[in-house]
Amino acid sequence: MSFELLGEAIIAGVLLGCFYAAVSVGLSVAFGLLDVPQIAHPAFLVLGAYGAYYLGGFGVDPLLAGVLLTPVFFLAGLAVYRFYHATFESRGTDAGLRGLAFFFGIAFIVEVALILIFGVDQRSVEAAYIGKSISLGDVRLPMRMLVAVGVALVLTAGLMLYLSRTFTGRAIKAVAQDQTALALMGADPVRIKQWAFGIATGTCALAGALLIIVAPVEPGLGRLYIGRTFCVAVLAGLGSMPGTLAAGVILGIAESIVLTSLGASWAPAVAFGLLLLVLAVRPAGLFGR
Amino acid sequence: MGRWTKFIVGAVAVLVVALLLARLVSNEYFFFAGYVVLQFVVLATAWNILGGYAGYVNFGSGAFFAVGAYTAVALIKAFAAPLLLQLAAAVLVSGLMGLAIGAMTLRLRGIFFSIATVAIAVICETAVLNWGFVGGARGATVLQPPAPALFASYARLLFVVMSLLAVLAVALARYIEISWIGRGLRAIRDNEEAAESVGVPTLKLKLFAATASGALMGMAGAPFPLYMSFIEPTSAFSLNYAVSALAMPIIGGTASWAGPVIGAVLLGSAQQIVTVTLSSELNVLVLGVLLVAFVVAAPDGILGLVRRLLGKAGAK
Amino acid sequence: MSEALLEVDAVTKRFGGFVALSQVSLTVRSGERLGIIGPNGSGKTTLINCICGSLYSDAGSIGFDGVEVTRFAAHRRARLGIARSFQVPRPFSSMTLAENVAVPLEYVAHRRSLHRADVSAEARAILAQMGLADRADAPTLTLTQVDLRKLELARALATRPRLLILDEVMAGLSSVEVDEMLGIILGLSRQGVTIMMIEHIMRAIMRFSERVVCLDAGCIMAEGTPAQIVQDPNVQRIYLGD
Repeated sequence: MSFELLGEAIIAGVLLGCFYAAVSVGLSVAFGLLDVPQIAHPAFLVLGAYGAYYLGGFGVDPLLAGVLLTPVFFLAGLAVYRFYHATFESRGTDAGLRGLAFFFGIAFIVEVALILIFGVDQRSVEAAYIGKSISLGDVRLPMRMLVAVGVALVLTAGLMLYLSRTFTGRAIKAVAQDQTALALMGADPVRIKQWAFGIATGTCALAGALLIIVAPVEPGLGRLYIGRTFCVAVLAGLGSMPGTLAAGVILGIAESIVLTSLGASWAPAVAFGLLLLVLAVRPAGLFGR
Repeated sequence: MGRWTKFIVGAVAVLVVALLLARLVSNEYFFFAGYVVLQFVVLATAWNILGGYAGYVNFGSGAFFAVGAYTAVALIKAFAAPLLLQLAAAVLVSGLMGLAIGAMTLRLRGIFFSIATVAIAVICETAVLNWGFVGGARGATVLQPPAPALFASYARLLFVVMSLLAVLAVALARYIEISWIGRGLRAIRDNEEAAESVGVPTLKLKLFAATASGALMGMAGAPFPLYMSFIEPTSAFSLNYAVSALAMPIIGGTASWAGPVIGAVLLGSAQQIVTVTLSSELNVLVLGVLLVAFVVAAPDGILGLVRRLLGKAGAK
Repeated sequence: MSEALLEVDAVTKRFGGFVALSQVSLTVRSGERLGIIGPNGSGKTTLINCICGSLYSDAGSIGFDGVEVTRFAAHRRARLGIARSFQVPRPFSSMTLAENVAVPLEYVAHRRSLHRADVSAEARAILAQMGLADRADAPTLTLTQVDLRKLELARALATRPRLLILDEVMAGLSSVEVDEMLGIILGLSRQGVTIMMIEHIMRAIMRFSERVVCLDAGCIMAEGTPAQIVQDPNVQRIYLGD
C-alpha cells in the first residue's frame, strides 16, 4: 500500500474511530464499570437511530432528536436495570446465562419490532452537514464524520468530568471497585448502579442519532456493532473514558487499513480479532488496573 | 445397561412410527412440517449441550447450521456426494468450527464466547456470500435424487433421516448428561473455579461440549439443501435458527435432554401454524417475547414447571 | 524430620501496578500444621490462589512433592493432591450434597473407574465424617453457613488430598461452631493430611498450629511457633499499631 493511501486510511480511521468511541461510551459504563452483560447495547443504538429517523420526519435535526430522546432513554435504562437487578443479579448461580439470554431476547425483540414498524429497508436522515465535506489540502473530510468526532469528544469528556468531579459520578466509580465498602459508607449501591445504567442507556439516544447520521440504518445493524462496541469497551479498560476514545481510534484505524487493503467483507472480523488479541495479551485493557 | 433399556425402546419406537407415517400419511405438507420440527429437535438439543449443561450461550447457531448445509452443497456440486457423506463432512466441519471458536474464547468469561458466536455468524455469512462455487448471494439449486424404493417421495426419506438424526442427537445428549462428563459440565456451570479446584479439567470439557454442539448443529443443516432443493444465504443464515436454538431449550427446560425436545416440538409446531396463518416476523417476535418471559419468570422451563406441579401433587 | 511437601520459592504476583505478593518463600513439611495470619489485603488469599493454581504467579516457583507445579492448571494440582476451601463457600448449587462430593470422587480419587453405586456410597461416608450424612440428598440451598463450610471440607477431602489449604473456614462461626470445626480439622491432621490454615480467629490458630507465618503487604513478616509469633514485635505492630 502506498504511503499516501496509508495516510488517507489513517485519517479516515481516526474519524471512524471517534465515531466508534461515541457509540461505545455507554457500553464502557454498563459493561466496563457495572459488569452488566449488556449485549443489547447495539440494539438500543439502532433504536436511537430510528428515533432520530422518526423525529426527522417532523423536520427535527438528528442531533437535536438525539438530545431530546436522551431523557427518554435514561428513564428506560433506569427501568431496565431495576428489573435486571431484581430478577438476575440478586440471585447468583446461573444468573449469568439467564442475564445474557435476557438481553439477547431484548435485542432480538427490538430488532423484530423495528422490522414490523419500519420494514427492512434502509432508512436515512437529511441534515445540513450530511453529504458535504471539508477539504484540508489533498484530504477530504466528510462533515458528518467531523460531527461524529465532536459528539465523541463531548460524550467522553462530559462523562469523564462527571465521573471524577461529581459525587454521584465518583460513587459510580467506587461501586465498580468495591460495592461493600460503598454500602458501608451509607450509599445504596443498587441505586447508584441503576443511575449509571440509566446514563449508559441515555447515551444511546445521541449515539444512535450519530449512527444514522454517519450511514443509513436497517434493523439488523445492531449485530455488526456487537463486536465493535465490546472491542472498544474491553480495550478501553474498566470504564475509562479516555480509554474509550483511544480504543475507538485504534479500532477505527485498524478497520480502515483492512478496508483499504483487503476490502469491505473483512471489516467485521477486525473488531473481533482485535478483541481476542486484547483478551489474550492485556485483558485489563489500556487503562484498566 | 439398565439405564438405557427404556430409552432404546423409546428410540426404536420413534423410528418405527416415523417409518409408518412415511408409508401411511398422504398429505405431503405433513412431512415438510415434520422435517422442520425434527430439525429443531436436533438444533435445540445441540445448543443445550453447551448452553444448558455447561452454561455457555451460543448466539450464532445459525452459522453452524448453515456451515453444515453449505458443506453439503459444496460436496454435491463437487462430485454429487451421497447424503451419508454429506452428513459426515458437515459433522466434521461444524465440529471443527466449534472447537476453533472454543479454543479461542472458552478460556475467557462466558460473554466473550457469546460475542464470538455472533462474530462467526457474520463472518461465515460474508464468506458464503462471496463464494461463487456454492452460488453466492444468488443461491444454488440442488436436484433431489429419485426417492428410493420404500418411499413415495424424497421428502419422506428426509423425514425419516431427520428422525434418525434426532434420535442420535438426543441419545448423545442423554449420554453426556447422565455420565461423569455431564456432572463435570454442571459443576462448571454452577461454579467454574470451584470445579477446577476439585479436579475437573474445565477447559477440556468445555471444548468437548463446544465441538459436540457444533457438530450436531452442522448435522442438522446437512440435509437442508436437499430438503429445500435450493439454498441461499439469507434463509440458511436466518436469525430464526439462532433464536430458536436458544429459546427452545430455555423454554422447554435446560436441565435435561427432554427439555429441548419439548421446546422444539411445541414451539416448532406452533411456528409452523403461526407462519402459515400470520406472518413470519410476528412468529419470530412471539418467540422472542416467550424467551424473555421464560428467562424471567420460569427459568427452569416447562420441565421445571411440570416438576413443581408433580412435586406439589406428590406432597398432597 | 519429615521432608518438604510444598516449596514456595520467591513467588511474586502483581495486579497492574499493585504488588500483592513480593518474593514470598515458604516451605511446608509433610504432616505439618501451618497457620497463616495477617491483616486484610496482606496477600493471604492471593498466596493460596497461586499455590492452588487459580492464579499464575508472575515470578518464582512452586514445588509440590518434588514436582514443579508453577504452570500447572488448578485441576492438575488437585489431582496431585492439593485441595482447598474457599473463603466464601462455593457449592455446586444445582446438585445435592452427595452429588457435590461425587464430582471430586469421580474426577480425582477414582478417575471414573468406579461403579456409580460405589461412588455414591463413598460420598455418603465422607459426608458422615462431617456430620452431614442425614442431608446427603438435600439441595445445597438449604444449608446453614456452618454446613456449607463443612461441605467445602467434604468436597476437598473427596480429592484425597495430601495438602489441604483452608481459607478462613471459620469466619463468621459461633464459638461452639469454631470448636466443632477445629475438632474435625485436627482429626484430619492426625490422619496424616498436611494442613495450612488461614485464619483471623487467633484462638483457633494458637490451638491448631505447630508453626505460624505472618503476612503483611505481600511479604512474610514473621515466622515461628504460636508462642513466638505472639511475642514478635513485627506482629504486634501489625495488629496493635505502634
